[in-house]
Amino acid sequence: MKSFDAIVVGGGMLGAAVSYGLARARLRTALVDEGDVAFRAARGNFGLVWVQSKGDGCPEYAAWTRRSADDWAEFARELKDRTGVDVGHSRKGGFDLSFTEEDLRQREGLMTRLHDQAGGAFRFEMLDHRQLSELLPGLGPGVVGGSFCPLDGHANSLYLLRALHTAFQGLGGAYFPGSAVTRLAAKNGAFEVETGYQTLAAGRVVLAAGLANRDLAPQLGMEMPVHPLRGQIMVTERVRPFLDHPTAHVRQTVEGGLLLGDSKEDVGFDDGTTAPVMKEIARRATRAFPFLKSARIVRAWGALRVMTPDGFPVYARSAAYPGAFAIACHSGVTLAAAHAGPMADCIVGGRLPDDVAVLGPERFHAA
Amino acid sequence: MLRRIAPQGGIAGVTLYFEGAAVTVPAGTTVAAALLQAGAASFRDTAVTGSPRGPYCMMGVCFDCLVEIDGQPNRQACLTVALNGMRVERQRGAALLDPKAGEGA
Ligand SMILES: Cc1cc2nc3c(=O)[nH]c(=O)nc-3n(C[C@H](O)[C@H](O)[C@H](O)COP(=O)(O)OP(=O)(O)OC[C@H]3O[C@@H](n4cnc5c(N)ncnc54)[C@H](O)[C@@H]3O)c2cc1C
Ligand code: FES
Repeated sequence: MKSFDAIVVGGGMLGAAVSYGLARARLRTALVDEGDVAFRAARGNFGLVWVQSKGDGCPEYAAWTRRSADDWAEFARELKDRTGVDVGHSRKGGFDLSFTEEDLRQREGLMTRLHDQAGGAFRFEMLDHRQLSELLPGLGPGVVGGSFCPLDGHANSLYLLRALHTAFQGLGGAYFPGSAVTRLAAKNGAFEVETGYQTLAAGRVVLAAGLANRDLAPQLGMEMPVHPLRGQIMVTERVRPFLDHPTAHVRQTVEGGLLLGDSKEDVGFDDGTTAPVMKEIARRATRAFPFLKSARIVRAWGALRVMTPDGFPVYARSAAYPGAFAIACHSGVTLAAAHAGPMADCIVGGRLPDDVAVLGPERFHAA
Repeated sequence: MLRRIAPQGGIAGVTLYFEGAAVTVPAGTTVAAALLQAGAASFRDTAVTGSPRGPYCMMGVCFDCLVEIDGQPNRQACLTVALNGMRVERQRGAALLDPKAGEGA
């Protein structure tokens, strides 16, 4: 049996970030990933490093998000230095566009709550159509206004995943692809992780298998109430850069393609695409930027979000089996810097960061 | 370098214009096959670094065969059948969408 200091189950956005952090802290780490047959949000997301709208009613999550977004530029630089992979991070602030006065009022309400809750650490501006038009060329007349948050940015999440895996292996981390974990057990203060091919052992185990965490976590005495929420995304042909800032539903990549998203559908474990939803995504994108009508779509896909009951991350530490952790969240790209940094560093010490102590699964049982 | 292996006999010819030069191929030939037959190796420059690209997969997945056809940019030459009188140009860098095009719509 091969043994390690730590085993991370799941090589998606969370598992790759944490295992990179553990390897950087010199833990001999194994990263075990199922593969293409699994649901893998890390390969189908929108790539926003997004602060506005995160953590309404949960100041700790809002602060955790800001911390990660603040660390992102340095995180991206470090990955580039280690791997040569440029993850295309930029942070020029982002927009959320409103099409009705009512939407705009609600948006202002949300942004004001986030601002008040953060004691001013969350900054934003509400802009009307004219002010927005100066910043977003080709804005459609149907946009009545929107919010701007200077803390927002975006990145290429596929390059991010590749950079994390490359950096992890460059630090001596052992990657086991095509290895679905079927059973977990605690034996004599250590953990055994079984895949179809082999059994690995370690003193620490971190479950980061996305939607599969729901079934894996109870084997080590933890609860992970995650469920799928589908998003569909379309990508256009590459066109010359015109959109300097990401918006919540349209962003232009450094390569020039436009990502149009993203829907929210509760359809169980079905990651397909449907014509009515794609039509709605295209309609909203062309209301925001009418000239996109002549941009051709080259790809479209569906992917399942790893959603929690209240939309905030769930970070669990097993009380019954110290050394076992389970983590899940919806904003794995945004939080990648926090997961590779403070989250991994604390797990090395056998605990979770104090700042996210309120994000345990126990909260779902509080009266 | 490239040689046609299917016999041409009996199939009517169509003529398209690649960067102004006439290229005649049997009806049903794709634009990509026509340009390759005419000796073109690169069809486009990439959007970011401007490096040259030519058809790679010939079946619609790699997007390396992009050309401008009758004024429309980013067309996949391997998925487009050549027609009489088509004007085909190399796709140079990223296509330009005009943000002003939607104004007043
Ligand atoms: C449409 C869409 C848009 C999104 N947009 C954004 C965005 O703009 N910004 C943002 O921050 N986040 C976004 N997200 C969310 C982000 O993608 C997820 O938060 C993140 O991918 C979750 O990471 P994860 O590691 O928990 O799960 P995943 O990334 O899904 O990875 C889970 C991994 O576990 C592996 N696995 C599963 N079962 C097993 C098993 N039994 N044994 C071993 N391995 C297993 C899988 O192979 C997979 O690699 C979006 C998600 C979707 C779906
Ligand atoms: S050659 Fe690959 S898409 Fe045309």
